[in-house]
Amino acid sequence: MKIEVLGTGCPKCIALEATVKQAIASSGKFVQLEKVDDIMKIMEYQVLSTPGLVIDGKVVSTGKALSLNEVMAFMDKA
Amino acid sequence: MWKGSVDYLTYDLLQLEGHLGNAINFFIYDTLKIWFLLITIIFVVSYLRTHFNTEYVRAHLQGKSQLYGNVLAALFGIITPFCSCSAIPLFLGFIQARIPIGVTFSFLISSPMNNEIAIALLFGLFGWEVTAIYIGFGLLVSIAGGFVIGRLKMEKYVLMDVKPMDGELEEVKIKLSMKERIKEAYVYTRDIFKEIYLYVVLGVGIGAIIHGYVPADFIAKYAGAENPFAVLVAVIMGIPMYSNAAGVMPLVEVLTGKGMLLGTALSFMMAVTALSLPEAMILKKILHIKLIGTFFGIVGLGIIAIGYLFNLIL
Repeated sequence: MKIEVLGTGCPKCIALEATVKQAIASSGKFVQLEKVDDIMKIMEYQVLSTPGLVIDGKVVSTGKALSLNEVMAFMDKA
Repeated sequence: MWKGSVDYLTYDLLQLEGHLGNAINFFIYDTLKIWFLLITIIFVVSYLRTHFNTEYVRAHLQGKSQLYGNVLAALFGIITPFCSCSAIPLFLGFIQARIPIGVTFSFLISSPMNNEIAIALLFGLFGWEVTAIYIGFGLLVSIAGGFVIGRLKMEKYVLMDVKPMDGELEEVKIKLSMKERIKEAYVYTRDIFKEIYLYVVLGVGIGAIIHGYVPADFIAKYAGAENPFAVLVAVIMGIPMYSNAAGVMPLVEVLTGKGMLLGTALSFMMAVTALSLPEAMILKKILHIKLIGTFFGIVGLGIIAIGYLFNLIL
């Protein structure tokens, strides 16, 4: 599984990245995590409100600092 | 109902009277009223907004004609969230979708000006008439401002090279159940309220002191009809205050009660929400200073004109 956190450094983006790290650790899954802060790359995902969460190339959330449970739920669904 | 219980608390239970009693009565009543309205309105707006995210707005503005696009963008600005930290992806994303910069600016002016916190505060402090005037003229400034900026052909002042994409946009679809939407609205309301409730207390508190102690002619002299530059000064003072809108607006209400003209108050509040220094700093990364200056100039002039107009006719 590959998870990307899209964000340019706003407080919510930093919060989401931390939550995702926590979610990966407690899931015990093998996950490749990438923080995407290049605005041009973020645009390629059609995301306008950061942070965006992308799992295996699919945008699952935009503009929200998700909770740990929400991130875990997205990971289970993927 | 509320007024009665607060009156009972201050005058009967605590046995307060005179200036002190009035100030405390005003403080408790206003704080409770504004808290209640903030929670209700923010919750309703954030629930509605789970249907209209920025990606949705972009897909719907794509390919619209100039003036129609300005009107639509300004209307979308009422419901969609705006945080100055997302101004850059928004701006570039709109260009990517070949939405003219004039239309983008209509959205960029309207979105922070018609935000739910400002609307809730206005409604609680001034009633629905002033709120309607504020939203109506806020839309007018957004539409006209965006339209003028669009006419000035300032596309060359966007410093980042964005390749416009071909064809129609595919909307990023994120399905949510009603329960998820309510939960999201609840979380959002809670977070916002936590951020601003103290500012409300502070604003109302200082307001209560003015209400109880500062004589009316003092304020009328500086912010009322006697000072022809009041609107201008109010707009300039409003620019650095964006983050404190929740604390500033209760003060403005007290000042109008003491003789500050309504037009001056409207201009000031519009300047607080629409012209924000942090937003300008962020936009400076992708926009030439000339374009930002034009944006502030046009919006500033529009707001000042509204202030003088209101002071004349009311």
